[in-house]
Amino acid sequence: MSGLRILVPVKRVIDYAVKPRVNRTQTGVDTNVKHSMNPFDELSIEEAVRLRERKTPVQEILAFSAGPAKSADIIRTAMAMGADRGIHVQCNEGEELEPLGVAKLLKKVVEGEKSDLVILGKQSIDDDAAQTGQMLAGLLGWSQATQASKVQIEGDSVTVVREVDGGVETLKAKLPMVITTDLRLNEPRYASLPNIMKAKKKPLEKKTLKDYGLDTAPRLKTVKVTEPPARKGGVKVDDVDGMISKLKELGAL
Amino acid sequence: MASKLALFKASLLSHIACRSVHRSQIQLPCHVPVTIAQRGFAVSSRRRLMEMSGFTTEQMDVREAVSKICSKYPDEYWAEHDESGVYPHELHADLAKDGWIGIALPEELGGAGLGISEATMMLHTIAESGAGIAGAQSIHANVYATQPVAKFATPEQRHRMLPKLIAGETRTCFGVTEPNTGLETLKLKTTARKDGDSYLVSGQKIWISSAQVATKMVLLARTTPLEEVKKPSEGLSLFFVDLDKSAPGLELKRIKKMGGRAIDANEIFFDNFKISADTLIGKEGQGFKIVLHGMNAERCLLAGEALGIGYAALKRAANYANERVVFGRPIGMNQGIQHPLASAYMHLEAAKLATYHAARLYDSSTEDPTITQHAVGIACNSAKYLAAEAAFAACERAVSGSVLCCGGRPEIGCGCLD
Ligand SMILES: Cc1cc2nc3c(=O)[nH]c(=O)nc-3n(C[C@H](O)[C@H](O)[C@H](O)COP(=O)(O)OP(=O)(O)OC[C@H]3O[C@@H](n4cnc5c(N)ncnc54)[C@H](O)[C@@H]3O)c2cc1C
Repeated sequence: MSGLRILVPVKRVIDYAVKPRVNRTQTGVDTNVKHSMNPFDELSIEEAVRLRERKTPVQEILAFSAGPAKSADIIRTAMAMGADRGIHVQCNEGEELEPLGVAKLLKKVVEGEKSDLVILGKQSIDDDAAQTGQMLAGLLGWSQATQASKVQIEGDSVTVVREVDGGVETLKAKLPMVITTDLRLNEPRYASLPNIMKAKKKPLEKKTLKDYGLDTAPRLKTVKVTEPPARKGGVKVDDVDGMISKLKELGAL
Repeated sequence: MASKLALFKASLLSHIACRSVHRSQIQLPCHVPVTIAQRGFAVSSRRRLMEMSGFTTEQMDVREAVSKICSKYPDEYWAEHDESGVYPHELHADLAKDGWIGIALPEELGGAGLGISEATMMLHTIAESGAGIAGAQSIHANVYATQPVAKFATPEQRHRMLPKLIAGETRTCFGVTEPNTGLETLKLKTTARKDGDSYLVSGQKIWISSAQVATKMVLLARTTPLEEVKKPSEGLSLFFVDLDKSAPGLELKRIKKMGGRAIDANEIFFDNFKISADTLIGKEGQGFKIVLHGMNAERCLLAGEALGIGYAALKRAANYANERVVFGRPIGMNQGIQHPLASAYMHLEAAKLATYHAARLYDSSTEDPTITQHAVGIACNSAKYLAAEAAFAACERAVSGSVLCCGGRPEIGCGCLD
């Protein structure tokens, strides 16, 4: 094998540090705020780059994003972190994709690019669907390991440690496969200035949804988006006894 | 800082947890620390204060990447360092590791080959992160004082002097100001007398920032007595010298400051301090013209730092005005609060334009002969004045709204408002 062809899908989302606010029409959140790469996708890129640094044969790391024009910035960031090239499928307003649509699109990319490993974030922090990786594995008929906290590859054998309720689980599978990343997998690097400069010269291919000829029509309808109920103010108690009786009163004890 | 980081991690975890982390993640009986939190996660407010249109993609990239690094350094870090006077070595190391010190130095030396337009954005971003002047000053001499070295040193000198500085292994300070000749640079009294393969330096410098931690100094000294110079702008020479504090003839005294205390300021006494002749940059007697390239760059960086402080102060003031409820409504609903803050904002925006205009002139003057050094000087000085004024007004209004402290007084550092 001449080395892995890793596909890393990355998504542009509202920055994790921004507190999203529901828009006036209650159809979604206000998106006129700072956006960044989905934090879980940073972990994916980092892991792909680390595989290469750990001398696992890696032929290519391809960063892919489907989204508005500005998603190109996220691909550049991925390339500054170490991806070799990028593909940007520009989606215009009204062409927003659901997890199934993304999974179908990724399947096409995998086939076109002859990828043999796809590393995705376990979820994106905007929709929190946590479905894309699983759907992609299903469509491709590949093995999948979700919520990875450790990834090791030897030859075509992949060992993934994943965190599950109450402990850890170790999975073994053969390539090709789909892996989704979790927080403890690694600590993503900052793009260094020389690498940011180099990333500007790396190839970034522009495509549209039409190029893939897919049915990505939405199957879901957002009925309404509302803020969670505001937190009620707390009360002050005078002493431990006061606290105990308050807790009893609230049914917590 | 360790405990601060731990706290920080915890807050991040709960933050991410409520935004996105699967429940099993937080309920896990885990002994493994969550490493992603190693990286700072500052909570940014929804609205961007500074208008970002018109910046180049390079400037936007710089802002994005540098603010990520700075988010590792919370306000408590800077408050602690201001109190203790301990140098923020970690920030310098972090910035050097990822190649930021060489932002405006040539690629062949390990730099990024960008210009002062990008470097100004870098220092602006550092100051705005809450690091204030102290954070910015922990690197800024390494950015501006090296400009004349990169421009006027021989290729051999450049390779000897700059790659290690870019890699963060060495640091420089800037030795120009003297007790009796501050703004009147042409009257500098510190002398460098040729003695075989060396020069012997005697005299006194003052207000030299970071000299305690620097092992190099960009030094401006007199090589021709004032009475003998043909033109007033001649007679001074520029050196890039080793600052070996154990060498004979060199003494440093730290100056107590009112703010920005994490960065040391010093009086420096030279008494026949020996420097090698091959540290002379450019021709003997041309030091003043050469150093101006550094000073104009410095003005831009300082203007950027002032802007950073101004926007940081204004943002906190605006947040406070929205949160503080008096007489049943946020104080920010009152025009008496709104108008001064709006005015501070407009002044900052105007100063921002002046600042990035000056930086652009500085950068393009190397290729465009119609942009004279005189024009660059006027733009850079004006920018620094306007930015310092705007920043001071913003800080003053933020504080007089009983809000805040700011991280340093840009208008009294390095060159005065005037
Ligand atoms: C925190 C700090 C850090 C510094 N770091 C460095 C450093 O790293 N390296 C370095 O070399 N220097 C440094 N400086 C020195 C700084 O550059 C000088 O303070 C500055 O150049 C002003 O010089 P001065 O203090 O001697 O002021 P003076 O020259 O004494 O001026 C005092 C006042 O008189 C006014 N004035 C003077 N002449 C005129 C005139 N002809 N017309 C109108 N007004 C006039 C000035 O504008 C000013 O308001 C630092 C200063 C500070 C405060």
